[in-house]
Amino acid sequence: MFAYLVKRLFQAAAVMFAISIVAFAIQDNLGDPLRELVGQSVSEEVRQQLRDELGLNDSFIEQYLRFAGRAIQGDLGTSYFFKEPALDVILRKLPATLELVFGATVIIIGLSIPLGVYTAIKPNSIFSKVVMGVSIIGISIPVFLTAILLIFFFAVELRWLPSFGRGDPVHVFGYWETNFANWAGLRQILLPSIALSSIMLPLFIRLIRAEMLETLDSEYVKYAYAKGLQTRRIWFVHALKNTLLPVITVGGVQIGTMVAYTILTETVFQWPGMGFMFLEAVNRVDTPLIVAYLIVVGFIFVLTNTVVDLIYGLVNPTVNLSRMGA
Amino acid sequence: MSLLSVQGLTVKFAMRNNTVTALNDISFDIGQGERVGIVGESGAGKSITGFSILNLLSRPGYIAGGSIMFDGQDLTKLSDKQFRTIRGNRIAMIFQDPMVTLNPVLTIGQQMVEQLQAHRRVSRKDAEIIAVAKLREVYIPAPEERLKQYPHELSGGMRQRIVIAIALLLDPQLIIADEPTTALDVTIQADIMELLLELCESNNVSLILITHDLGVVSQMTQRMLVMYAGRIIETGGTREIINDPQHPYTQGLINALPQQTLPGEKLRQIPGNMPALSAIPPGCPFHPRCGYAVPTCRTVRPELRRHGGSDVACIEVERLHGTTPHKVDYA
Ligand SMILES: Nc1ncnc2c1ncn2[C@@H]1O[C@H](COP(=O)(O)OP(=O)(O)O)[C@@H](O)[C@H]1O
Ligand SMILES: [Mg+2]
Repeated sequence: MFAYLVKRLFQAAAVMFAISIVAFAIQDNLGDPLRELVGQSVSEEVRQQLRDELGLNDSFIEQYLRFAGRAIQGDLGTSYFFKEPALDVILRKLPATLELVFGATVIIIGLSIPLGVYTAIKPNSIFSKVVMGVSIIGISIPVFLTAILLIFFFAVELRWLPSFGRGDPVHVFGYWETNFANWAGLRQILLPSIALSSIMLPLFIRLIRAEMLETLDSEYVKYAYAKGLQTRRIWFVHALKNTLLPVITVGGVQIGTMVAYTILTETVFQWPGMGFMFLEAVNRVDTPLIVAYLIVVGFIFVLTNTVVDLIYGLVNPTVNLSRMGA
Repeated sequence: MSLLSVQGLTVKFAMRNNTVTALNDISFDIGQGERVGIVGESGAGKSITGFSILNLLSRPGYIAGGSIMFDGQDLTKLSDKQFRTIRGNRIAMIFQDPMVTLNPVLTIGQQMVEQLQAHRRVSRKDAEIIAVAKLREVYIPAPEERLKQYPHELSGGMRQRIVIAIALLLDPQLIIADEPTTALDVTIQADIMELLLELCESNNVSLILITHDLGVVSQMTQRMLVMYAGRIIETGGTREIINDPQHPYTQGLINALPQQTLPGEKLRQIPGNMPALSAIPPGCPFHPRCGYAVPTCRTVRPELRRHGGSDVACIEVERLHGTTPHKVDYA
């Protein structure tokens, strides 16, 4: 178990290293930091001198090592626009994004398991055919279009739900602000969560359905019938448990990916999270903030993958973690 | 009265373009405590026969005709709910590969307890006591600890013993064992068969043993069915058939046994292969591979009739003895 953990953490560190190289290369190529620092009126000589002092003429490797050393200590540079540490800006925006991802995850898990299982158990029912048809359409409509359609129908036409922003999220634990504490907050987060889940949900339904169909076709399910078990027990204990195991891995990875998908959703809904912030940072060529965003999102991605792998190892009896480290 | 009486069983598969017949007019009986072997090459319809008794045919297979009388009721007429009281309770099945029959994410204990609870009102505690007793009967060491283990923690032989214990869990009247040792290591195949034989005898359980191993059939069973292309082509007492096979196909199976081969000699395999269901030849389905075939074999479908010690489906059977087979040109 311990060996596996160490191995997995080592892999995570390797991925973070790759991400940091990419992020740094972007910083190196995007804009001139001097322009931001000193403006147009400074002479070329002074500029060169400043470059030397800032180490901008050092080799790529030297500069990267300096960058990485600072990054490990939590210093991801200072945002040009906000004039404060980029990491602080991102951490302030993080709760909004994570809550949005959480809302979408709840929708995805809550709907994809029952729908995926149902369409596998009753493949010929009309309801199953409708679900499968709609899921195909859902996959092919881009998120921003889904978002706009949702706003149009539920906010503009029907006036059931607010169309943008976070409303007045409630402070909890000092730092964190949440939309899940009251009804008003939930109304605010509902449409963005649906929009964000709109791509993943159909994928999950189809994934769970495919896995479920495969398990229903397995020898152990046939054997379970031969034992005279209740059909319900065969479906929901024998088949579902084996169906969800592989889904945990794929699903966990996708949830990590969803953090990146928030850019579009947050922008359409003016949701004050890191995705929205990132697009603004790109518009303002706020390089440190862009780089910090990439690193933080990369970190979240690596973290979810690692945690998901460990959970999978713990819940799947056929994976022996102590042996996997060897 | 026999325990199980299969009469005219016909099974079809509704394929996309056509419907093929997998079992054609199968009839046989089994008495209480009797052991019957079903032999034949792969694809003969042996497994389909076993599965159709428990109404477990996988799509697109269905029972198209015939009756399966078990202890006075026709199994082909039961509802799903009624069938559940038969499966695993009065008729148990042992599948071929113990590596894939037990559910990988449930413990042995869970898989035994659930079956007891599906058929009897027992607490988990009591069910576990019964389970341990059954594991002991199949000589599983440390049975209490096995209950907590998952299938992958056990060897193939151990798993098949557990599957046998699960089959015996509710003291069934009939066990259908579909090639129960084919997937196992050769060194333990004989042990498992011996165990199965011992348990069937001591509990007076009837057994349908599906196998392609004639040696096993002669050791385990009193009567046997030889199947070819979805039909029974010879049936009778096991000893009679093994000693004096009537059908050229049965003769071919016996001649192909390694024991029938001199050292250094090549195995005398029957030329050709079992036809696919969609391409079963007219007349006798075996005629393209048969060394005794005459022109009528290509057109006349032989019925089972008494000859020698068995019932045999061959129109030429009277002439076979004393004739030498001609060479079969099998493309
Ligand atoms: N689900 C299925 N669909 C179509 N054909 C099948 C199916 N299952 C079995 N068959 C065919 O039925 C025939 C008999 O199969 P089976 O009873 O498994 O043979 P065996 O004697 O080797 O056990 C084979 O030709 C096989 O290809
Ligand atoms: Mg078979």
